Amino acid sequence: MNNRHLYILVALLVAVGLSIFLYKALRLDFPLSPEVASDAWQVEVKIEFEAHGEPVRAELRVPASRTSLPILNEYFVSRGFGRTTTRSDNQRMAIWSKRQAEGSQTLYYRALVEMRKSDDSTPAGRAPEIAKPRLRGADLIAATAILDEARQKSADLDTLIAQLAQRFENPSAQDEHVALLLHRRSSARERVERIVALLAMAESPARSVHGIHLNQVSRGSAEMSHWIEVWDQDQWRVYDGATGARGDIQDYLIFWRGAGQLVKVDGGDRLTWTLTMESVQLGGLSAAASRERLFSPDLWAFSLSSLPLATQNVYRILLLVPIGAFVILLMRNIIGFKTFGTFMPVLIALAFRETHLLAGIILFMVLVTLGLTIRFYLDRLKLLLVPRLAAVLIVVILLMLIVSIVCHRLGIESGLSVALFPMVIITMTIERMSIVWEERGPREAIQEGIGSLFASTLAFAAMSWNGLTHLITTFPELLLILLSVTLLLGRYSGYRLLELRRFKALAAGSK
Amino acid sequence: MFALARNLRAAGVLGINQRNADFIAAYNPRHRYPLVDDKLLTKQMAIQAGIAVPELYGVVEIEHQIRELGTLLEQHGEFVVKPAHGSGGIGILVITGRIRQLFRKASGDFITQPELDHHISNTLSGLFSLGGAQDKALIEARVHFDPIFESVTYQGVPDVRIIVFRGVPVMAMVRLPTRASDGKANLHQGAIGAGIDMGTGRTLTAVCGNDVVAEHPDTHQPITGVEIPNWQTLLNIAARCHDLTGLGYVGVDLVLDRVRGPLMLELNARPGLNIQIANRCGLLQRLNIVEQEIEKLPTLEDRVGFAMREFMLH
Repeated sequence: MNNRHLYILVALLVAVGLSIFLYKALRLDFPLSPEVASDAWQVEVKIEFEAHGEPVRAELRVPASRTSLPILNEYFVSRGFGRTTTRSDNQRMAIWSKRQAEGSQTLYYRALVEMRKSDDSTPAGRAPEIAKPRLRGADLIAATAILDEARQKSADLDTLIAQLAQRFENPSAQDEHVALLLHRRSSARERVERIVALLAMAESPARSVHGIHLNQVSRGSAEMSHWIEVWDQDQWRVYDGATGARGDIQDYLIFWRGAGQLVKVDGGDRLTWTLTMESVQLGGLSAAASRERLFSPDLWAFSLSSLPLATQNVYRILLLVPIGAFVILLMRNIIGFKTFGTFMPVLIALAFRETHLLAGIILFMVLVTLGLTIRFYLDRLKLLLVPRLAAVLIVVILLMLIVSIVCHRLGIESGLSVALFPMVIITMTIERMSIVWEERGPREAIQEGIGSLFASTLAFAAMSWNGLTHLITTFPELLLILLSVTLLLGRYSGYRLLELRRFKALAAGSK
Repeated sequence: MFALARNLRAAGVLGINQRNADFIAAYNPRHRYPLVDDKLLTKQMAIQAGIAVPELYGVVEIEHQIRELGTLLEQHGEFVVKPAHGSGGIGILVITGRIRQLFRKASGDFITQPELDHHISNTLSGLFSLGGAQDKALIEARVHFDPIFESVTYQGVPDVRIIVFRGVPVMAMVRLPTRASDGKANLHQGAIGAGIDMGTGRTLTAVCGNDVVAEHPDTHQPITGVEIPNWQTLLNIAARCHDLTGLGYVGVDLVLDRVRGPLMLELNARPGLNIQIANRCGLLQRLNIVEQEIEKLPTLEDRVGFAMREFMLH
């Protein structure tokens, strides 16, 4: 036999299965165990304005997904507005528009953002061009003075920014330079823009970043915070715009960068917007599935989670059958166990999943015992095979019905699940068992029956082992690895475990 | 446990997995299976080739024919009913005589005509066949076995099983029914298996279950040292069965008829491994020797001679 062919096939299957598995497990962070839950935030922007019967266009800068903060879901809610999302220069923008709007309008944007502990430092790139601010006259003199003073009091970029931020944040009443550059009631966003302009004058490329810090509160209204990114030694460094302290944008959901505002509305006035956020717990799996859809839509399109929920549930059970079949394979070809029917124990084990083990075993034994009794009686009638099988099948179903009713009367609810047993399989088991009974005696029949039950129990144990079932349903590609092991075992020509006992005398004789 | 496996490997014991993968899958082409799985085909093939088989009285293929069974059986006082696709001796009914309307079974019990009809009907619907498919029932002559085994047999018919690998008989045993095996010659049902010296046709030690036995448990006669007459003829028949079927690894079951001599009963494309226990010897070494030497053994006589020389106990 050409074993090389097999080995190449197996290597190929393992390579494909393993690479998909590793990609999903390491890159997409699919949870390896069922308990892992994921931290996530629900962020909502509510926009309200008054419209006056004119065409309305509202623009909202919305965050984009990053590796550390993937947006799992987005909802745009409005009444009667058309909505598009655009993306230009790495800026996502949601645009609502309406030909004619009257009265107060409300628009919602809601995003489900997952928090992942992963590193996504901005990739190194070329130093950005510095856009020199166009300041003239008094503004220019004030800016130069502030900058010079900050430079004198600072040693490096970090301290320079700290100096500037503090001066803008808490200007003393006499500080005319700051008063000149900023209006009396300037917003935090405007202050950050000023600092960026001053840094540009100091030949430090900088830009403002606007977003929310996802660690503020667990629930409630959120503040838009404004940060500064400064280009320094081939990477962007982040500073808190209010304090000038070095920061980390890991858990910072960025809405937009540079100048501009969160919301802009044409054709409406009295614009207000509120930000709220809420911390939520996501099942590890659903988060991972959403992530897969986000980062590798092609993979997702061919994955289990793209199916309708009902179909998914069917496959969650079907995917267990290979595990059971593999257990049977081990039992029969490696251990050398005898069972009724090759895969009968797998189907019985599937039924055990619904009935629970102990109740399942008892119900199975009751059914088979009653069925056997009736089968022995039918034997006296000298029926032809197929009619006899059909008769046993009918009797089995009647027995199941009776068992259910009796259990229900007695208040044993687990007895109701007897209906989940595969009746055709039970019928065949009864038939095979009765033949073995007659041909080889009751001992062998009962032995083989117990063997089958034992195999079912083992298959059940494997199929209901949470870690394993989770792995298989989350990573169906692992079946390729299971398949390759199965193929390899197909060429296993060593002894079966029970053969060792069977041929024991021969081993002793050789010594 | 691993030490035990190593010892078995050293003793050349063939396991089921290896038999299936390295011998049956490798040397038995699938399309030749029907020849041996269908006992009717086997029989017809053997008759054509001039190999002696138990005489075929009739074949029941459809339910309707059962009604005409009475006329068919009228002229035969004793006969055997077999499923064409049976395995492991299941479904074989031996009728040793009849009294009025009753048939006497080998065990001494009687069955009625309707019971016999029901048995055949079960056979036709596939109760005894491997996959449960439609089957045929063969009705053939009962074998009167050679008195040589008279003293070491309890009811039933002792038969000789010879494993033939690529045309070379490699191992043989005789299976002796016991009371425990209910007259059946199947080792796992309690029959005795006795290895046979390939060179002389003399029986070696015997095993019953996993125990070595010196005498038959029911008749208390010594089993070892019984010499099978016409041993070479048996080997010749076995080796020819390879040529006829094209199966590289085949088990040939033979019986010794008192009058007609060695008769071929059936062939088996998946012969069991118990023969190793009966012979207290692994198959693997012999199979390997044959694989090395087969090129030098072009004719049937060469192969049988080789087997008798090479596998004789010294």
